[in-house]
Amino acid sequence: MTLLSVRDLRIRFGATTAVDGLSFDLDEGGALGIVGESGSGKSATALALLGLHTGATVDGTLEFAGKPITPALRGAEIAMVFQEPLTALSPFHTIGHQIAEVYRLHTGASRKAARARAVEVLRQVHIADAERRADAYPHQFSGGMRQRALIAMALACRPRLIVADEPTTALDVTVQAQILDLLDEVRTTTGTALLLISHDLGVVAGATDDVVVMRRGVAVESGRTDDVLVSPQAGYTKALLAAVPRPSSRREITGAPLLRVENVRRHFRQRGFRSPPVRAVDGISLDVREGETLGIVGESGTGKTTLARMMVGLVPPSSGRITLGGKDIKQRRGRSVQMVFQDPMSSLNPRRTVGESIADPLRLQGHATPREEATRLLERVGLGAGRYDRYPHQLSGGMRQRVGIARALAPAPRLIVCDEPVSSLDVTTQAQVLALLEDVRRERGLTMVFVTHDLAVLRQIADRVAVMQSGQVVELGEVADVYEQPQHPYTKELLAAIPVTDPVEARRLRADRRALAQRAG
Amino acid sequence: MIGLLLRRVAGAVLVLLALSAIVYALFYLAPRDPAVLTCGKGCTPERLADVRAAMGLDESALTQYWHFLEGLVTGRDYPAGPDVRHCPAPCLGYSFETDQPVTALLADRLPVSASLALGAETLSVAVGIGAGSLAGLRRFRFLDPLVNGLVLAGYAVPVFLVGLFLLLLFCVRLQWLPFPQYVAFTTDPLQWAQNLILPWIALAVILSATYARLTRAGLEQALGEDYVRTARAYGFPERRILRSRALRGALVPLVTLTAMDLASLMASAVLTETMFGLPGVGQLLVGAVNQIDLPVVVGVILLTGFLVVVANAVADLLYAAVDPRVQLT
Repeated sequence: MTLLSVRDLRIRFGATTAVDGLSFDLDEGGALGIVGESGSGKSATALALLGLHTGATVDGTLEFAGKPITPALRGAEIAMVFQEPLTALSPFHTIGHQIAEVYRLHTGASRKAARARAVEVLRQVHIADAERRADAYPHQFSGGMRQRALIAMALACRPRLIVADEPTTALDVTVQAQILDLLDEVRTTTGTALLLISHDLGVVAGATDDVVVMRRGVAVESGRTDDVLVSPQAGYTKALLAAVPRPSSRREITGAPLLRVENVRRHFRQRGFRSPPVRAVDGISLDVREGETLGIVGESGTGKTTLARMMVGLVPPSSGRITLGGKDIKQRRGRSVQMVFQDPMSSLNPRRTVGESIADPLRLQGHATPREEATRLLERVGLGAGRYDRYPHQLSGGMRQRVGIARALAPAPRLIVCDEPVSSLDVTTQAQVLALLEDVRRERGLTMVFVTHDLAVLRQIADRVAVMQSGQVVELGEVADVYEQPQHPYTKELLAAIPVTDPVEARRLRADRRALAQRAG
Repeated sequence: MIGLLLRRVAGAVLVLLALSAIVYALFYLAPRDPAVLTCGKGCTPERLADVRAAMGLDESALTQYWHFLEGLVTGRDYPAGPDVRHCPAPCLGYSFETDQPVTALLADRLPVSASLALGAETLSVAVGIGAGSLAGLRRFRFLDPLVNGLVLAGYAVPVFLVGLFLLLLFCVRLQWLPFPQYVAFTTDPLQWAQNLILPWIALAVILSATYARLTRAGLEQALGEDYVRTARAYGFPERRILRSRALRGALVPLVTLTAMDLASLMASAVLTETMFGLPGVGQLLVGAVNQIDLPVVVGVILLTGFLVVVANAVADLLYAAVDPRVQLT
């Protein structure tokens, strides 16, 4: 039976059309994925389902169980799970109170009954010690736990449909896998239908029966997930799938060590004189050989960014030594090592044109014709000389990251350290930027350190990979070896959590994870 | 928790010590000699020396300051002719001008100032939050220019102008109220309020403008937060969202400001006190400064400092109570 039916949905913000004639159906207890890159109108669709748009005109027929959708359905029949679990929960109220409040609003239950229900749903989403943790505030929960709490809130009134808008985008890969597994479990145990919105094909692959692929407000393809992701018909779907990072062929690295990291530690002191320091990097030794690309992978808080910053001399190590070509990195800052940052918007000066930003390091070196050289670099990264006088906010995310790369190339360094250079980009843009990095690396014979949380990206670009956990390297080896035969349990866990776009493989991995968890629990 | 308390108290004592030391230093830099003023016309050098000794001015500045500190803690004896006057702790000395104990003077004036400050602050907060919330709501957008105008007026117009206008209107033209004359709350609460209502309004016109603006801005920001969107997505009625979610966020910065304003009003609402003839702490200070009445000046400054320190601590506590993310360290 059809639970949700959307016909000819149109959403306009003033003159711009976000969604242009979208139609789809979702069966009772089914799971539908809406996938698309930023600006495809997928989130606008989710908000329209609940009538949450404030400044937009929404046309079309939205029906729930055969009747038009009304605000009365919000929370009771249709529940929403948002992307940012920290800001989506009120910071002023306890988790339990917020869930109980929703339950009371829709059922008129007593305070005691509502509280009991809150604890019950928290238990259902596997919050340990739910009775006590219900009295915690959102800031006292970790990111994954907050998302669990939001899912618990969605479950409180036993809704027939859960709309999850990018529910795992802000989370680490292992936590993402847990949340996706949880959503799947909730669906099978409660019979709630799921509308899952994501930019990530891998997220949708394992969690849905049907999928709609959106681009610029239009559905370019829809059908069974198994069909669409395995044998796509539309050109755009094919391009999306092709952009997903895939393993590259093995390279023989013969170069001598260029960058040596010797027993390096970096501790950060905490407030309060008795609290122990944060051991961001805790005794790491590794070599980066001339001409190789070393990948450093780990989840948030593992110290990978601190390590990257120490490699370029931005952060001095608390102890240990980092040398480049035999010389301490402290004396070699600038010319021979450069960094590409994660967020090009905040790492480019908003009041300077991008051309000037690229020319600055050249001027610092006393280059004779900085403007000409900067223009040449702009063209090299595929932007064209015409962009020289643009400001960062006038460019798209992908273009800004190209500027970031051009600026890093300007002083002609031997080593480039890239810190999450593609994690804020859409998958097609990500593929282009990765290809660009690979091109300039080959062209200039660069050595590269590539820091990321994304194992799939690393497998494509790196020769060797170092896996970091709590400030230490737990596994280091050739990419193929580490991915085929991981030794450390943490590496295994990470690899099992990678979202894959093949639905069959995704289901197999989920079964693996469940088996792993059962053995552990 | 006990560590926190100790740190706070130690900090407060340091602030007060520094304050009193600075006042002493400034006093001795002043070109006028208070002994000459006290001695009066036809003063002979011998009499001046006697006066000096009686006022304790014959000692070095440092010794005087030390005696003052001693007096605060243990009390102090003053020579008064053949007898000795004992000033019990905490002793702030005797006024050079009126010879009354400073503590008594302050105790006399503080209720007046406190009445003025508490009433004005309550009125300002009520009006400010009310007007600010109204202006922050989409439905009442049309009130926005009005509130903005009032805010600007509140910033621009000095309090004595507002006070003068109120006096002219209510006491002279309409004759609804008598000219204010302070009546203690304990004597007659109704008359107390009747006499204070005009000064309260005069101060509130100015203070509430700031609060309204802050509330409005805070509300607007809070209504754009994700957790408000969540509440909407879960079907909460708009009014409830406003009350239990948005206002809570908007009020956080207001708490600190209110506490600090209250402290500063208690000691420095000189203009308002003068305008309405209220014998408060502010007036006492101005008079004492003009007469180089050191003990009184020091007393008032210490009282002010003490109030500010206490208000600060209270603000921190309230801040932590309103926002669970705040941790007192």
